[in-house]
Amino acid sequence: MDESTAHGEPPPPDRRRFLSRLSIALSAGVAAVMGLPVIGFLLSPLTRKSPRVWRPVGAVTRFGVGRTVAVAFEDASPLPWAGVTARTAAWLRRDDDTHFTAYTVHCTHLGCPVRWVADAQLFLCPCHGGVYNADGTVSAGPPPKALPQYPVRVRDGQVEILTSPIPIV
Amino acid sequence: MLKRFLAWLDDRSGLLTAGRHALEHRVPPRTGWWYVFGSATFIAFVLQVVTGIALATAYVPSSGQAYDSLRFISEQALLGRFLRGMHYFGASAMVLLIGIHVSRTYLMAAYKFPRELNWLSGAVLLLLTLALAFTGQLLRWDQNAVWSVIVGAAQAGRMPVFGRDLAQFILAGDTIGGATLSRFFAFHVFFIPALVFGLVGLHLALVLKHGISERPRPGDPVDPDTYRDRYGELLRREGVPFWPDAAWRDVVFGAATVATVVLLAIVVGPPALGRPPDPSILEAYPRPDWYFLWYFAVLAMLPQNLETVIIVLGPLLFGAFLLLVPLFNRGERSVRRRPWAAGLVIFIWTTIGVFWFAGERADWSPDFSAPKLPASVVAGLDSTAATGAALFHDKGCEFCHAMAGFGGKRGPDLSEVASRMTRDQLVARITNGGPNMPAYARSMSPAEVQAIVAFLATRR
Repeated sequence: MDESTAHGEPPPPDRRRFLSRLSIALSAGVAAVMGLPVIGFLLSPLTRKSPRVWRPVGAVTRFGVGRTVAVAFEDASPLPWAGVTARTAAWLRRDDDTHFTAYTVHCTHLGCPVRWVADAQLFLCPCHGGVYNADGTVSAGPPPKALPQYPVRVRDGQVEILTSPIPIV
Repeated sequence: MLKRFLAWLDDRSGLLTAGRHALEHRVPPRTGWWYVFGSATFIAFVLQVVTGIALATAYVPSSGQAYDSLRFISEQALLGRFLRGMHYFGASAMVLLIGIHVSRTYLMAAYKFPRELNWLSGAVLLLLTLALAFTGQLLRWDQNAVWSVIVGAAQAGRMPVFGRDLAQFILAGDTIGGATLSRFFAFHVFFIPALVFGLVGLHLALVLKHGISERPRPGDPVDPDTYRDRYGELLRREGVPFWPDAAWRDVVFGAATVATVVLLAIVVGPPALGRPPDPSILEAYPRPDWYFLWYFAVLAMLPQNLETVIIVLGPLLFGAFLLLVPLFNRGERSVRRRPWAAGLVIFIWTTIGVFWFAGERADWSPDFSAPKLPASVVAGLDSTAATGAALFHDKGCEFCHAMAGFGGKRGPDLSEVASRMTRDQLVARITNGGPNMPAYARSMSPAEVQAIVAFLATRR
């Protein structure tokens, strides 16, 4: 056995430096092993690509030409415990026999649900008073952009809307 | 017997001696009632932990079931309504008290040498308290909560570069859904409170280490070279034991705080649950709880071109201000010699107050429930004007314009509009719109415009 480590004498400085570095490195390793998976887990929504699927919202014949109505449909891949939060909505207008336009319900100002006022032919936002024209362009108030549209198509007599992320301006 | 047990406990743990030292340590004289807000904030936090744990035993943090569990807690569980009320008013008290506490320490410059870290730890606690308030409001998982999450994400989305990622982080995905609520729950009950516990410990350890600041006196500046000696001298000459000479005020005020919360929880009760958290229900009036209502108003009233700048920079500047305050750690403490400090605090509280009041009225929101104009208003009109009066409601004019006491407040009151605008001006305004008013050229026929103008022309 090394004489200098014998009882009562301090170990040499080299050894102490090594031991302290070893301990710090091991602790950092333990912290990383515990912490990094948590961070990755929390950030997973950023990397998860949710699929986009076409959701039927009703038969073509249900919608009158020129009318704009709210339609509800389900998110692309709702978690089993999402309940009613899996639902989402769009403002759907039948432009003519075959064409439809779907507007997001989210005001481009801060995401509040805009409301279609048929008689005035305007979308009004209840939060901060944003107003959009029938074609989604900004008419008044704070919204910075026009209302985005959702892809919409007709298949087998059904109107279908492509699920889309909440538009973030 | 008990004495021997306590002696053994103290010998093995040192707790009693440490506690006695903490209680008996000398504090500056004549501190008075200004010094009670920190301890009261802490009591409010303890109240939140206790009532929060109780609520967590019944609350189901699932996007699909939280609403039903809240209804169970509010309507069926023994004392559930009371505990929700306590938790709500406890949160309100904590936000209010920490606001007063930070204002008091800033006004008395208690952050100056050697208490810079007291300030910084407190600043982080202030931000964490606001984070708890925001996440807590969302756990009341009704329609309003869902839209608050979306509004929060939309604000975060204004951030350059990281905006979209931040918004996705908040929503826990592309949209509201099953993942959203459980994350907010974990942050509200685990992450943030754990940080608060740690920082409260640090904050209190620093208070014990440096002692509470003495009452500032004009013409008595802080000099780091001499401050500690002078503080020690003050304690030796005039210091009083913390317990009970100073502590009694903390206890009295803390008890009054709890009593107020209890009273409000019984008399007023918790905020009512709104509609279910279904994002496809579009009849919604998203509003934050009172402590963020002023910010809701700020967002409505900002000039459009400054909006993104203020949404992004505002919070950052506020954070930077909190961090930079302790750089000014020497010199006069008395607010009489620091007029800018007094001005700043008055400015902040007045601004919050004014915007809060504006948020309470929310004049900018269209009034969707405006009724058809009653007979008393439209009496005696010819048929064109009567048609116009009906259109005034149906075309949404009344959502934004008041008429004889009915309708919204977004635009000017039109009860006497004919006394300031001619018919031609009215036609032009309705057809082309104006600042913050939509143009109706495409959604009204000329006959409809003429009818509305005929009605408005009678209003003088």
